[in-house]
Amino acid sequence: MMKLDGNAMAGDLREIFAFDVTAAQYTCAGCGHAEAIGALMLWGQEMGRVARCPHCDDVVLSLVHAPGRVFLDVRGAVRLELPLAGS
Amino acid sequence: MAIISRGFGGRRRESVPGLPPGQYLTHDFPVLSAGPTPRIPLDRWSFTVTTESGEKTSWTWPEFTALPYEDFSTDIHCVTKWSKLGTTWRGVSLDTLLADVETAADYTMVHSFGGYTTNVPLEDLLDGKAWIAYKFDGEDLEPEHGGPARMLVPHLYFWKSAKWVNGLQMMQEDEPGFWEAAGYHMYGDPWLEQRYQGD
Repeated sequence: MMKLDGNAMAGDLREIFAFDVTAAQYTCAGCGHAEAIGALMLWGQEMGRVARCPHCDDVVLSLVHAPGRVFLDVRGAVRLELPLAGS
Repeated sequence: MAIISRGFGGRRRESVPGLPPGQYLTHDFPVLSAGPTPRIPLDRWSFTVTTESGEKTSWTWPEFTALPYEDFSTDIHCVTKWSKLGTTWRGVSLDTLLADVETAADYTMVHSFGGYTTNVPLEDLLDGKAWIAYKFDGEDLEPEHGGPARMLVPHLYFWKSAKWVNGLQMMQEDEPGFWEAAGYHMYGDPWLEQRYQGD
């Protein structure tokens, strides 16, 4: 299985956030590690995208596509730090 | 002239008995993983049933494999739309494992090495409907397919058949497991196409 990182979620996340969120910083709910979303380790491509913290392997984000809707679970992140456009 | 399209799948479904709606046949055994594959030495393996009152019953690998087993053949249906018919397994029936467990709970949470969870109603594990399987096609179950042992609840979508299983928690109320919390269906009946929440 080819290993991907969180940058491979850019298209999915742009559907929801309408800007490139892979540069945003997450803070992991499991270990407190903070890093860019693009650095997450991506698993589970077939049922949904499961993005795990590279520091502790806990799930930070999951994203499931269903017909006509998408579920984004962010319980594994205690915080997202999003850059504001133009700043 | 009939112009009503039955869509893709309708014809396949008619031609392959045993295939639930929206599924296609595969002869491979695709591997789906939501995380790293845990490698569990058999001397560190155990399976623990925990009741709603906290009572625990555990089996080590030698104890588990000394239990009466069943060799059986069943169809499996993955929510990603592949189905595999007539797969052959060896496993211990949940009827055997739960025979002496006293519980009034209606639901269970299946737990796995590596942290995976999935919720299954207790009645779906009983009466010959579920096993902890440790051989596939006559061979020891490979880690990629859930070895040393995996849950097998083949009448539900295959994400309910947790790989690397290590425990079963009885629950009074239904609670979502890993994929259920992420948007998948709480029950997952392939014949009703219960793929996602709200289906």
